[in-house]
Amino acid sequence: MSSFYLTGAVAVAATLLMILSLNAVHALLYLIVSFLAVAVIFYILGAPFVAALEVIVYAGAIMVLFIFVVMMLNLGRRAAAQERAWLRPAMWIGPSILAAILLGEVVYLLTRADVPAPAAQSVGPKEVGLVLFGPYLIGVELTSVLLMGALVAAYHLGWHRPKLEKANVDDSRARGASPGGDFVRAGADRSPGTP
Amino acid sequence: MFALGLIGLLVRRNILFILMSTEVMLNAAGLAFIVAGARWGAADGQVMFFFILGLAAAEVSVGLALVLRMHHQYRSLDADLLSRMRG
Repeated sequence: MSSFYLTGAVAVAATLLMILSLNAVHALLYLIVSFLAVAVIFYILGAPFVAALEVIVYAGAIMVLFIFVVMMLNLGRRAAAQERAWLRPAMWIGPSILAAILLGEVVYLLTRADVPAPAAQSVGPKEVGLVLFGPYLIGVELTSVLLMGALVAAYHLGWHRPKLEKANVDDSRARGASPGGDFVRAGADRSPGTP
Repeated sequence: MFALGLIGLLVRRNILFILMSTEVMLNAAGLAFIVAGARWGAADGQVMFFFILGLAAAEVSVGLALVLRMHHQYRSLDADLLSRMRG
């Protein structure tokens, strides 16, 4: 039971440090540690399937999306100086300590498999699948529709470009420069009528 | 956890941090569902977490597309700048 409280403390500390950190990449590192801690809590509570999903989807896919956006926004002259600053130990020592606590805890939990789980009973993936595709089938379909809508919306928002950018592109094309090369300008040579 | 996410949402003015705090709040709601499911030994809590996961993925994709759009237009990530928007 003490491992539960230790993991909860790690999660809360990582979230607090995420809020208080000024740099976006520091905050993302702390957020990843927080999600990993929540995944360990799920494992302790007897939900191993959801723990795996948490690591894969939250700490994997969503964080990769965040880091990708931060990477795209941070392009510029300050990138080299920032790279140098990122290698200082003050940046990675905090998340490393919290992640090391989590790693030690997972190793402890896996090596002592005979320790009784604090949960009343563990709910495996089989029961979850049976319930998910039984009474909750409509919810699964609605989730897929929601994801489809999000995909279309993200595509539309990323496609549409502001008038200012468009004026720049038109101006550069009038001067005979090729509009390609930049991520923002990609596809600018298409006709504006098509979506 | 939910309170921490809410504090982050209110305190920070950078829109990237606001999005991250929303993720923390959604995660806290899922954690509450999992704890309730573990307490009564039912699989419904995990199913609800599954739905929250899909919701968070959809929300973060649209939100990050908006962030990219805002950065292209305003060259900044300050959420207060958006109050100048006129529909």
